[in-house]
Amino acid sequence: MSTSVTLSKVRKHFGSVEVIHGIDLTIEPGEFTVFVGPSGCGKSTLLRMIAGLEPISGGELRIDEELMNEVPAAKRGIAMVFQSYALYPHMSVYKNLAFGLETAGMKKAEVAPRVHRAAEILQIEPLLERKPKQLSGGQRQRVAIGRAIVREPRIFLFDEPLSNLDAELRVQMRVEIAKLHRDLGNTMIYVTHDQVEAMTMADKIVVLRLGHVEQAGAPLDLYNNPANRFVAGFIGSPKMNFLDAGIEGADRSSAAIRIGGEKVVLPRSAKDADGKVEFGVRPEHITLAGGENRIPFAKVKVDLVENLGGQTLLYTTLADGQALTVSLEGQRDIQVGSSIDTFVNPATCHLFDAGGQVI
Amino acid sequence: MTTIASPASPYVPTRGRLARVLARNGAGYLFLLPWFIGFLGLTAGPALASLYLSFTDFDLLTSPRWIGAANYVRIATADPRFIASMQVTFVYVLLSVPLKLAFALLVAMALNRGMKGLPWYRAIFYLPSLLGTSVAIAVLWRQLFAGNGLVNSFLANFGIEGPSWISNPNYSLYTLVVLSVWQFGSPMIIFLAGLRQIPQDMYEAASLDGASKWRQFWKITLPLLTPVVFFNAVVQTIEAFKAFTPAFIISGGTGGPINSTLFYTLYLYQEAFGFFRMGYASALAWILLVIVALFTAFSFLTARYWVHYDD
Repeated sequence: MSTSVTLSKVRKHFGSVEVIHGIDLTIEPGEFTVFVGPSGCGKSTLLRMIAGLEPISGGELRIDEELMNEVPAAKRGIAMVFQSYALYPHMSVYKNLAFGLETAGMKKAEVAPRVHRAAEILQIEPLLERKPKQLSGGQRQRVAIGRAIVREPRIFLFDEPLSNLDAELRVQMRVEIAKLHRDLGNTMIYVTHDQVEAMTMADKIVVLRLGHVEQAGAPLDLYNNPANRFVAGFIGSPKMNFLDAGIEGADRSSAAIRIGGEKVVLPRSAKDADGKVEFGVRPEHITLAGGENRIPFAKVKVDLVENLGGQTLLYTTLADGQALTVSLEGQRDIQVGSSIDTFVNPATCHLFDAGGQVI
Repeated sequence: MTTIASPASPYVPTRGRLARVLARNGAGYLFLLPWFIGFLGLTAGPALASLYLSFTDFDLLTSPRWIGAANYVRIATADPRFIASMQVTFVYVLLSVPLKLAFALLVAMALNRGMKGLPWYRAIFYLPSLLGTSVAIAVLWRQLFAGNGLVNSFLANFGIEGPSWISNPNYSLYTLVVLSVWQFGSPMIIFLAGLRQIPQDMYEAASLDGASKWRQFWKITLPLLTPVVFFNAVVQTIEAFKAFTPAFIISGGTGGPINSTLFYTLYLYQEAFGFFRMGYASALAWILLVIVALFTAFSFLTARYWVHYDD
């Protein structure tokens, strides 16, 4: 049976410095939740508070409705995979996996099948007698996950577990962790600064900045409907284009925007906004051809072309010098220095007010 | 391939190479020279000379007379004071080294908890290591543990009448063990450095696994600290075998009462400079060297079974 986690007005301060400012969040049973944000946003601190490794300064943490603020880490029914793996270097892989069970006073006869079952799930059975120093980075990562699995916890916590792996292995382990979640069905909370990891693995993404939750929701919700400029810029790669714009006219259902001398009418109200706004459009939502639902956007000058094989990135500038990145599918023969017309679907464009909130 | 015959003799290139090496590294060798002269004159030379003297009868005043292995034979078969000094030294080593290491580790762990004023505590605790082997401290120790010393004055507050610790053969050696343990600063600093190397993640992982502080100490701290324990044990064992000043001062150079503080080095000193049996003393010195070497070799041989290196 899966487990829910509820945070109510959770705060954390170190001395006089508050780093988590009253977070409210509900993680549903069996949900794969990813905390994402830049360095220093408080995502690891929040995870460690859930783990019981950091005391909670204020608010309530509940696991399955049970108040956990004062419950020791070992009694919260959680297991954690650390960024450094935190494997005991003097113990064999078997001993590393068995440590928690032996500490709990479990008999050897009960420990062995659980260790072997976890090793089988992670395909590390041939490594059981080895020491961590004899393992590759990926194998160490598996052992660290195995150490969590073997305890059969209610909740798995992952603190940037893939950041020490090379790019290829990171992709492979990402798939395996997602598969593990599907097979085990446990509630999992995963911390990363990599928005690609967040987008590909999460049921729910929680975007944090400076100790606040900027937005929480399903990955595509955050991608399609970011609550503010920060989330819009953080989710998606290449990141969203932000252009200075002015409102020329707005009514209940539409707003006429002027960007770099071009006028665009968006199907949304911007009546309450000041004259100056920021216009946001993702590079992959800009095309070089018109069509259904598309309107002419701007004529731009191509400064740089990056051909990535399956994708072509154009780094361009508008007439007023503002930068615009365009991401096109496939391979394109576009000359640097040429001028091209761009088109957008107004439904995929965003407006942000002076405070960075979406309009 | 073209072969060019060299008209030069085979020795010329060798001398040329030497000259080239000297020209390239001459400054380095020049800087090495003071150490090398010191090593030859003050370490290697005297050591070899004492090896030769150990096979002679030499009283410092007349020329050494070669007597073969007679000194070693006498040590092994007809010297009760050698046996007594061995017993005293082994008891001292086997008691003082583990106690000192345990105490040093205890203090290091206390200091490793991130307390305020740590650098001050570290300096204060290290001080005895700097002072401990000095004559002044040995004299102070003698005063502390004398019949009317501070220790007995303190015990008198509780109605306990303490013995004269240093003049009682049952206790005298143990006062020296306590003095040695008091000099825990040097291993403590090394333990502290070792403790700082253990990643906090390990303890966090263990606490999530439900391991108590006691279990964390035995299962994580101690195993991960074994390279440092090993180093400290070897160094402190060698130091303990070499201990001399405290025993000399406290016993007035006699090793008494009843040979109870007759450290091996004290006995060696008596033979060399008390009885001027320099050849015999040299043989004693070489036996000590062999014992220390055997202890060290044993430590290294067993290390593979209990010392855990991360890489």
